[in-house]
Amino acid sequence: MRIELIRRPERSAAMAWLSPVIAVVLTLVAGAIIFAANGIDPLQGLYVYFLEPLTLPFTLYELVVKAIPIIIIAVGLALCYLSNVWNIGAEGQLTVGAITGSLLPILFPDFQNVLTLPIMLLMGILGGALYAAIPAVLKSRFGTNEILTSLMLVYVAAYLLDWLVRGPLRDPQGFGFPGSRPFTDFQVMPILFPGSRVHLGLVFALVVVVGAWFILHRTITGFAITTLGQAPRAGAFAGFSRRRMTMLVFLISGGLAGLAGIAEVAGPVGKLEVVISPGYGFTAIIVAFLGRLNPAAIVVAGLVLALSFIGSERAQIVLGMSSQTGRVFQGMLLFFVLACDTFILYRLRFVRTPHAPLARSAE
Amino acid sequence: MGAESETKAVSEFRRPEGEPTLAAIGITKDFATLRANDNVDFAIRPGEIHALLGENGAGKSTLVKILYGALQPTSGEIRWRGRPVVIPNPAAARRLGIGMVFQHFSLFDSLTVAENISLALSGTTRLDGLRSRIESVSKDYGLPLRPDSVVADLSVGERQRVEIVRCLLQEPQLIIMDEPTSVLTPQEADDLFVTLKRLAGEGCSVLYISHRLEEVRGLCHHATILRHGKVVAECDPQKETARRLASLMVGSEVHAVRPPDPVPEGAAVRLSVTRLSLDKPHPFAVDLKDVSLEVRAGEIVGIAGIAGNGQDELFAALSGERLAPGEADVRINGEPCGRRDITARRRLGAAFVPEERLGHGAVPRLRLSSNVVLTRYATDPGLAPAGVINRNDALAIANRVSQAFDVRKGSPDPEASALSGGNLQKFVVGREIDRQPTVLVVSQPTWGVDAGAATTIRQALVDLARAGSAVLMISQDLDEVLEISDRIAVIALGRLSSPRPRSELPREAIGLMMTGIGMIEPEGRHAH
Repeated sequence: MRIELIRRPERSAAMAWLSPVIAVVLTLVAGAIIFAANGIDPLQGLYVYFLEPLTLPFTLYELVVKAIPIIIIAVGLALCYLSNVWNIGAEGQLTVGAITGSLLPILFPDFQNVLTLPIMLLMGILGGALYAAIPAVLKSRFGTNEILTSLMLVYVAAYLLDWLVRGPLRDPQGFGFPGSRPFTDFQVMPILFPGSRVHLGLVFALVVVVGAWFILHRTITGFAITTLGQAPRAGAFAGFSRRRMTMLVFLISGGLAGLAGIAEVAGPVGKLEVVISPGYGFTAIIVAFLGRLNPAAIVVAGLVLALSFIGSERAQIVLGMSSQTGRVFQGMLLFFVLACDTFILYRLRFVRTPHAPLARSAE
Repeated sequence: MGAESETKAVSEFRRPEGEPTLAAIGITKDFATLRANDNVDFAIRPGEIHALLGENGAGKSTLVKILYGALQPTSGEIRWRGRPVVIPNPAAARRLGIGMVFQHFSLFDSLTVAENISLALSGTTRLDGLRSRIESVSKDYGLPLRPDSVVADLSVGERQRVEIVRCLLQEPQLIIMDEPTSVLTPQEADDLFVTLKRLAGEGCSVLYISHRLEEVRGLCHHATILRHGKVVAECDPQKETARRLASLMVGSEVHAVRPPDPVPEGAAVRLSVTRLSLDKPHPFAVDLKDVSLEVRAGEIVGIAGIAGNGQDELFAALSGERLAPGEADVRINGEPCGRRDITARRRLGAAFVPEERLGHGAVPRLRLSSNVVLTRYATDPGLAPAGVINRNDALAIANRVSQAFDVRKGSPDPEASALSGGNLQKFVVGREIDRQPTVLVVSQPTWGVDAGAATTIRQALVDLARAGSAVLMISQDLDEVLEISDRIAVIALGRLSSPRPRSELPREAIGLMMTGIGMIEPEGRHAH
């Protein structure tokens, strides 16, 4: 008896949508096992982690707050992945966007008017885009693998931020603690729902989702993205340039990551700190895949992953579990999604090892 | 000499008697909703060269894959020398004594002949012993081959010999040949036929799949014809005309392409290439050397040649997928455009149809309407105004093309990969002709396409030329080149002979030039 992977004659549309659902179920099952292994009742664990947050108004708002940067970044990454360009460094682009966007309120704290926030946002977008341009240029000039370069630049950005908030950008009135001066008035994102932390970023996220959908399905640029991703030769035959596309999707996804970054520090975080993101840039990779690289589905996937952040916080408080549990759940989810995606193009076949006369006649 | 071999052939040409080597009884194979083989009965006798004929999509490949163990039938039985067998995989087929030579070779370029063959043999083989076996087999069957040659240095014909020798070393009783001559020169094909006849003479069965009906008529004892998955006829191909065989395959009378009218003297040059040389883009490609060519309004120039002699490189240089060294190296409608990309060249009025339908000419997973956008977004004013795609326009064009070229499809706007090869080819050619381009460069217009679709496509090329466009056709199908070209050039080793009127070039001369031997030297070309 052996198990074979058989290529399907056609890509299975049903499996493409079932795969993330199966992956979520498998993640829950594996999660239950982990809870049990830690001496926690699995059902109670899953309830605290995934259901309880949905019953409290405060956590529902927080769910949206966390989903905002994830969705904005994931949409940009989906454009990359659809065109077969692998930007893994959104976390770094988020960090640099947060830094460049924060320069204005930190260096010119008295520049307070309606233009303050728009300029901060633009500088954030620009910073993220330029930082993403580095792996793009390396790729098109030298053929460097963009997965490695974009990922490595994440750590460069993290140390840059660390140095800045301990050194040049540290708040002089901060009692020596790392971190910039807190942002105020025109330097912060307006709150949409009083009493919550849901900010203007929600509108950005929705605009980004609709915009990406329109670009992908209605414009020549979107057509070039899918064509170059699916059939590079046909893309070149259509006259689309691989190099220009690599640059374009890196700039877009970097810019969006930068936007998410500055929206975080000007929003829920409130100032530049040593740590400004719990790994939104990496989580967005999972969300992009879980959402089938489809902007609308990314909204749903973004909320699911945001839940895993909230659940992780709840589990720390209520169950006393490690803060790394959230990472474990996210890792399992990506693992299961990628594994289940195999069955979009392949199916399993169980083959009984033949002990038929054939094998004997050969001897 | 030709007549002598003819008479000899006829005397040999009786179907051998005897218990079938292999028989398929009531084979049915379903793929989801499609019945690829429908109750197929088929038997091949020892010493018989048996043709399997059929249009693309008729079920030939499915049947062959079942016989070779690559697919399992939904129902039906296979008998090997009278005994029912199950062939679970190709390895089991080889153990039984079934060998197969594929249309596309599976050889490692950087290994030697002997190394390649040893990889395919089961178990560990001493390379020394293998070398001498290769030499003796290749001598016995008239397949000259040096075991220590590196495959990358071999011609296509020689590579095929490697495949055949590899097959013969397993001492098969049935050899399946899938379109073996599609990549060969006429001379190489003749050598292959000698080998096949010798094999058959020794009692080996040969299952021969080909689109070339003349070839089948000259070589095969018996033919089984498939249409829509069913056996529609069995016959002695010797006793049928090629026209009759074609109509059995297609199910209706095939009309010959209307012969082209003479091209008016002094018609405008629409496409010209001037002393174009271009280094190869990768180690296994070919340098283009000093290629010159003119195609005038109203004519079809055919470029004959064996695969891998610079056709792909020439097509890429003409289309602008690779840029020429100088702007003046390529001119479209008089406009120098050697350094301009494919979009710019399309805007000058040119259209291109590459050899590969899927993945080059069309995106497999995109709908036909989107595949219209692929090559026409820049030239059709209404298709993508300001970069926003007008889907209604795209769908209208797709429908117009489908109607004009009889593209048969299961749904109004299917994905390109859902179409059969012939239908997709009609679509890809039709998509460009629908634009009424003044210059059309087309590579392998009817590669792997059934007779009916091929006629439609060739007729469309002739009609386009007669309407005043310049058509350049690159094709490895010599019959096709001879059928519709006004002038013919031959490409060999990256050099192009100067185009000559069809009437001045006998088939044999073209065959020689295809090997590179009879090529007119570039210096002599200008003197001509």
